[in-house]
Amino acid sequence: MQIKYADALIIGGGLAGLRSAIATGAKGLDTIVLSLVPVKRSHSAAAQGGMQASLANSIMGEGDNEDVHFSDTVKGSDWGCDQEVARMFVTTAPKAIRELAAWGVPWSRVQKGDREVVINTKQTTITEKEEAHGLINARDFGGTKKWRTCYTADATGHTMLYAVANEAMRLGVKIEDKKEAISLIMQEDQCVGAIVRDLKDGTLCAYVAKGTMIATGGYGRIYKQSTNATICKGTGHAIAIEAGAYMGNMEAVQFHPTPIVPSGILLTEGCRGDGGVLRDKDGYRFMPDYEPEKKDLASRDVVSRRMLEHIKKGKGVPSPYGDHLWLDISILGREHVEKNLRDVRDISMTFNGIDPADPAEKGWMPVLPMQHYSMGGIRVTPEGHSVNIKGLFSCGEAACWDLHGFNRLGGNSVSETVVSGMIIGNYFADYCNTTEITISTAAVHQELDKQQRYLESLLELEGEENIYNIKDEMRRIMQEKVGIFRNGKDLEDAVSELKALLQKTKQIRITKKESHLNQELEEAYKVPMMLKVALCVAKGARDRTESRGAHYREDYLKRDDANWLNRTLSYWAAADDLEPTLKYEPLDIMKMEMPPAFRGYGKKGNTIENPLSQVRQEEVDSIVASHQGDRFTLQEKLMPFKLQPEYKRQNERIGEDNNG
Amino acid sequence: MGREITIKVLKYNPTDSQSTPTFVEYTLEETPGMTLYIALTKIKSSIDHDLTSDFVCRAGICGACGMLVNGKPQLACRTLTSDFEGGKIELLPLPTFKLIKDLSVDTGAWMEKMSLRVHSWIEKHEETDLAKLEKRVEPAVADEVFELDRCIECGICVASCSTAIMREDFVGAVGLNRVARFSIDPHDTRTDEDFYELIGDDDGIFGCMSLMACEDHCPKNLSLQSKIAYMRRKLVMS
Ligand SMILES: Cc1cc2nc3c(=O)[nH]c(=O)nc-3n(C[C@H](O)[C@H](O)[C@H](O)COP(=O)(O)OP(=O)(O)OC[C@H]3O[C@@H](n4cnc5c(N)ncnc54)[C@H](O)[C@@H]3O)c2cc1C
Ligand code: SF4
Ligand code: FES
Repeated sequence: MQIKYADALIIGGGLAGLRSAIATGAKGLDTIVLSLVPVKRSHSAAAQGGMQASLANSIMGEGDNEDVHFSDTVKGSDWGCDQEVARMFVTTAPKAIRELAAWGVPWSRVQKGDREVVINTKQTTITEKEEAHGLINARDFGGTKKWRTCYTADATGHTMLYAVANEAMRLGVKIEDKKEAISLIMQEDQCVGAIVRDLKDGTLCAYVAKGTMIATGGYGRIYKQSTNATICKGTGHAIAIEAGAYMGNMEAVQFHPTPIVPSGILLTEGCRGDGGVLRDKDGYRFMPDYEPEKKDLASRDVVSRRMLEHIKKGKGVPSPYGDHLWLDISILGREHVEKNLRDVRDISMTFNGIDPADPAEKGWMPVLPMQHYSMGGIRVTPEGHSVNIKGLFSCGEAACWDLHGFNRLGGNSVSETVVSGMIIGNYFADYCNTTEITISTAAVHQELDKQQRYLESLLELEGEENIYNIKDEMRRIMQEKVGIFRNGKDLEDAVSELKALLQKTKQIRITKKESHLNQELEEAYKVPMMLKVALCVAKGARDRTESRGAHYREDYLKRDDANWLNRTLSYWAAADDLEPTLKYEPLDIMKMEMPPAFRGYGKKGNTIENPLSQVRQEEVDSIVASHQGDRFTLQEKLMPFKLQPEYKRQNERIGEDNNG
Repeated sequence: MGREITIKVLKYNPTDSQSTPTFVEYTLEETPGMTLYIALTKIKSSIDHDLTSDFVCRAGICGACGMLVNGKPQLACRTLTSDFEGGKIELLPLPTFKLIKDLSVDTGAWMEKMSLRVHSWIEKHEETDLAKLEKRVEPAVADEVFELDRCIECGICVASCSTAIMREDFVGAVGLNRVARFSIDPHDTRTDEDFYELIGDDDGIFGCMSLMACEDHCPKNLSLQSKIAYMRRKLVMS
């Protein structure tokens, strides 16, 4: 068994991990990136629709800036996000997209002059400005006030990931694929690396590092139906949980309105952003009845629930896979579909035999909401440092930084990966640069031996259970009882059933006894990890007796700012516990730039107010009224935030003189 | 009830001295819309826990799941079992790449080597000020670069290529397409001479015998032959 040393260890080679590696590499740190698969196959490649950044180049983005992006993000989060983090994010996003452009992402560009678009099902002509010609274009996305989502057709994640991976390669970052981190090495309460399993030869190796970052993406695969890649199993969260780290808001799980039925492959929000609409079994466009203002483009949690509500009214289209609804992009016209929604068309034709450019019913695609994004994750400070484990950092979807609160906006996630890779990656680099660790080889070997013995013990089990059945059962429970509509009884059942499953994982038998190239053995150590993640989600959801963003309780319909304006922290108090312990981290209204209010979509009057919201609102109003100066100095008065000076600089935009 | 289909897989574990390449046949019931991803997952969880294959996105986006399907290299996750009339499907790992086990091959290592060889990244001289307006790009040029940037490194072109079998260091259609992509990117300041340095030999543009198999099989429908011809003309002239 081997030991390797590095300054910075980054677990995860998606957008977040690779961008962080560029930050540490640029500061001269010896960096290693680990990934389950060749990094360009990471799940980031699947992002289709786009990346949000308030460039305001397109005429439909005119007037956009950090303030508008901030406000959309906070509303989208249902006031669950950390507003200082949201400010750090919106200020850096334009820089991130410009950096990506320089690294070769072929962003779609503005063409001056007239352009046909579909707005609210109507063909409309917009005229792009001369001075915007050749700058980065943007499309409409759910929950945003302006057209702010920049894109490369519908393969945005792919082009971003390739550009970042190429740049990391140019810098000579060490990337090792087919490597899986299976536990963290702890020295008292400090993380000093990870135990890593080579997925090709099954050997274990200890990677000792001054700092360790987890950028392993989401945990969608704990659900039966998910848009996530097969590798999104939350094992990165699990190793942090097993080391004692706090998870934040694990119950905040997003469901996307339009994966295609039955395969669950996502049809991007860009479909509706570009003007596509949802229809029911009568071909009727129903969203405007529920959401007169944002219609098909209200935030994802709202649209997903409205769709299920409509199906419950008997308006779904029956199919062998249960009822679904239709997504209609045929109204955009063949040319638009073939150019801008090419991958969508390809998916629909390949997997369902439907050409969505075909007129009317013929082109409608069957869709149903499914698990899509994990807002929850490893709870970190604005600098990305675990709130309770020294030396452990996290960013991207794996982290609860907390930009998204209880619902993240489409396009804000790939944006978060690169932005947090820049910001947190640099703080992480600073940490690694100023930290010295001393750990004895004996202590490292002890951890290696422990993991080796654990894997051997799994191979020796001679029980009756089959690990695949346990996994299927977990995924079914999560789907049925911890899904879009939640209630106390189901959640209670889910927690106890998941606990029983966790015990059952010790009663399995693995057919083949080889220690390598044995995917059943891999399942055997991953499923208990997934169950721990699932238990954090289920228990967090059970105890949160309110509805906020994507967390929707049929028995507690209101958002309860009086009692629940807080973040759930879940953690394993003792190694052999069967469920997590929960505690709560309050959000301070009196520090918010935007105190809680109505989101502008969803049901009105559905909030149990916190009296402080009004107090703070009055305070904010009076600061605004008496303010003299530009929007930046005003913002500074309302809610100062810390950010690296190079990222805090003002972003240039066309038509915005002096940035005021 | 769906029809019964049989899937025959060439199983082999090169790291196991006991293992010899053997065809194993699995019979299962077809379900509506079944892809090879769904079928193989089903086999793995209920018939043969030991069967190894690589799927990540299962949506034809990540390029992980190339294999020979009845002799033709293609992405397994995009292949519907209903496309095979007799319901008989034979699966072999992609040739040319190093076999890991059964249907899993090491495309990652191959692609890394190719990328380092062709310097698969933007080379530029100017610094970018991130707070300033981005460099302008003609919309049509951006679209053209995007078109070539769609490659997903699945390796199917390599597995279809006669040169790649003979010449271990041949960069393949994927590598030549990559060079074409950077050569038209306005952010990249390399000249034709620079590119010639990288690929002006038999492991580069002169290796291609124009047999077209790469283009026939590319799941992203990239027009690889015309790009290779274009690069050859461009670089020979320079
Ligand atoms: C279908 C789909 C479409 C989407 N579209 C959009 C969109 O249009 N806009 C948007 O903003 N967002 C979108 N998202 C969300 C967005 O793509 C993801 O949130 C984001 O890409 C996550 O990036 P990441 O770097 O955090 O993680 P990932 O890209 O998931 O990378 C995780 C990395 O960790 C590695 N890893 C995991 N576990 C381990 C381990 N134990 N040991 C070692 N390595 C490990 C993996 O190999 C991988 O390299 C979409 C998501 C889906 C599912
Ligand atoms: S060029 Fe086509 S076949 Fe070759 S690796 Fe790229 S996508 Fe695959
Ligand atoms: S699994 Fe990603 S392309 Fe097939």
